[in-house]
Amino acid sequence: MEKVTSAAAVELRHLDNLWLQVSGTRCNIECRHCFNNSGLHETSFGLMTLEEVNRTIAAAASRGVREIYFTGGEPFLHAQLLEMLACALTIAPTTVLTNGMLISDRIADALAALAIEARYSLEVRVSLDGYTEEMNDAIRGRGVFRLALAGVVRLARRNLLPLITIVRTWDDDDELAMLAAFARVLRDAGCDRPRIKILPALPLGRELTRVAGLQRDERVTTAMLEGFDLDLLMCSNSRLVTDRGVWVCPLLVDQPDARLGTTLDEAASSYELRHQACVTCWRYGTICGNLSALIEGPGIAAAPEAR
Amino acid sequence: MTRFALIGGIYSNWRALETTLSDIARRQVEATFCLGDLGAFGPYPDRVFPLLQQAGVLCLQGNYDNSLAGGLADCQCGYTDPRDNYFARLSYDYTFRNTSPAHKAWLGTLPMSRRLEVNGTRLLLCHGSSRKINEFLWESTSPDGFLRYLLDDADADVLCVTHTGIKWHRDLGGGRHVVNVGALGRPENDGMPRVWYVLLTITDSVQVKFIPIDYDHEALAADMRAERLPGEFIETILSGWWTTCLEVLPQKERARGHF
Repeated sequence: MEKVTSAAAVELRHLDNLWLQVSGTRCNIECRHCFNNSGLHETSFGLMTLEEVNRTIAAAASRGVREIYFTGGEPFLHAQLLEMLACALTIAPTTVLTNGMLISDRIADALAALAIEARYSLEVRVSLDGYTEEMNDAIRGRGVFRLALAGVVRLARRNLLPLITIVRTWDDDDELAMLAAFARVLRDAGCDRPRIKILPALPLGRELTRVAGLQRDERVTTAMLEGFDLDLLMCSNSRLVTDRGVWVCPLLVDQPDARLGTTLDEAASSYELRHQACVTCWRYGTICGNLSALIEGPGIAAAPEAR
Repeated sequence: MTRFALIGGIYSNWRALETTLSDIARRQVEATFCLGDLGAFGPYPDRVFPLLQQAGVLCLQGNYDNSLAGGLADCQCGYTDPRDNYFARLSYDYTFRNTSPAHKAWLGTLPMSRRLEVNGTRLLLCHGSSRKINEFLWESTSPDGFLRYLLDDADADVLCVTHTGIKWHRDLGGGRHVVNVGALGRPENDGMPRVWYVLLTITDSVQVKFIPIDYDHEALAADMRAERLPGEFIETILSGWWTTCLEVLPQKERARGHF
């Protein structure tokens, strides 16, 4: 007998992950696959104030938050980012997602000092979408590769070991060769212990216009969640705070129905998985956390090149 | 006074286990608990079972044990990096092939957690965390507020776990503690071949003491060579630096290591 396939609702089990869209959608570049359409003149979300951020961190701390993430736009466009990171690190391990272009020697020194002083880990996640200037800049914009790589190397030289985040724009069969190529380029540049996180391409924002032929009618159903580990879905353990309220997860920030309230308390309600991006999250899991999303298919048959 | 020995992550390192059990035998403990993952990187998986059973060690199921008992396709370690998964697969397939059906069945009889109450102190022993068998509780990514939440949620004063392979202890005040007992199976990525276990003493307070174990790691490396286990695993046993299954390490723990 066919199961009823209604859209599934997911409860917030615990606020493990607090996301702060600290720079709104303001970014110094405009990537072709950006899931929240951030850019130079994009103002759908604005900068959060230091006071707003500190107040939110305190509210999350009282809920026993496990990790804090800073995102945007480009977080380093916010003049008070370092103060915010310092505040976050007194409460929980903290990750900042950046394009790496603004990481000067001064910023890298400040981050290294924060990382050493803090009792919790500071992760700097730098986005790179190609291991050559040609490949990366076709997606992220002209001149981006050179500046981002320079930022990565500045961090690596200070033993900050940035986490390189790469959106998968290749076939699963090419995964190992691609990873090896990225690792080689990073090593040659002076980042001798490359750490790589793979992110699946998301059917959101500019990616919808970049890739033709996406199935647009897929939804997560209650049947799909039977026996499924809900911890793999952001909506069970995360919330995103912006200058315009609290959203269920970072990926759905363009969706009005995904805004759950103005405070974390209000936004603790359950959420119905109505979007195609929810299927991507269901399929790959751990999309936004610091570990790689798994590849589909038969697994790894040959020894990957040593990192 | 009540004293327990807590061991975890044996990973088929029967030589470290044997040395540890002799050390524990000299210390007059009330009981020895093993928090799971009897198999993994090491040689001759069947050898740890009689040692644990003869010493009366009270074991829990770790994710590895759960996989072996259930005949699952992988170890449920929680890796997502392809290289990590490649080595995890080699290790799991070897361990699966070389663990007897009787031992697999025995693993399936072990509880997932144990609760104890000593002088009013409520202890919870589990493998990964109190909410998930393969949740990693690293020192640098387990903030105080989160640990208090776990203790509240589990109705416990003291939570003891393993799974990550690196030991730590957090005194949260008010008689509340979280302890990661580390692992006997492989060194803790500090450039030293020794491994660690915990003595937990409960009087009117809780004391946690980490005990280093120097064992014949050269002999273990010879066992591993004889079993044709990967050179990367042997290098870790000899050098004390992790060479595989590294990508799950948070920044702080990773930065301290060599690879």
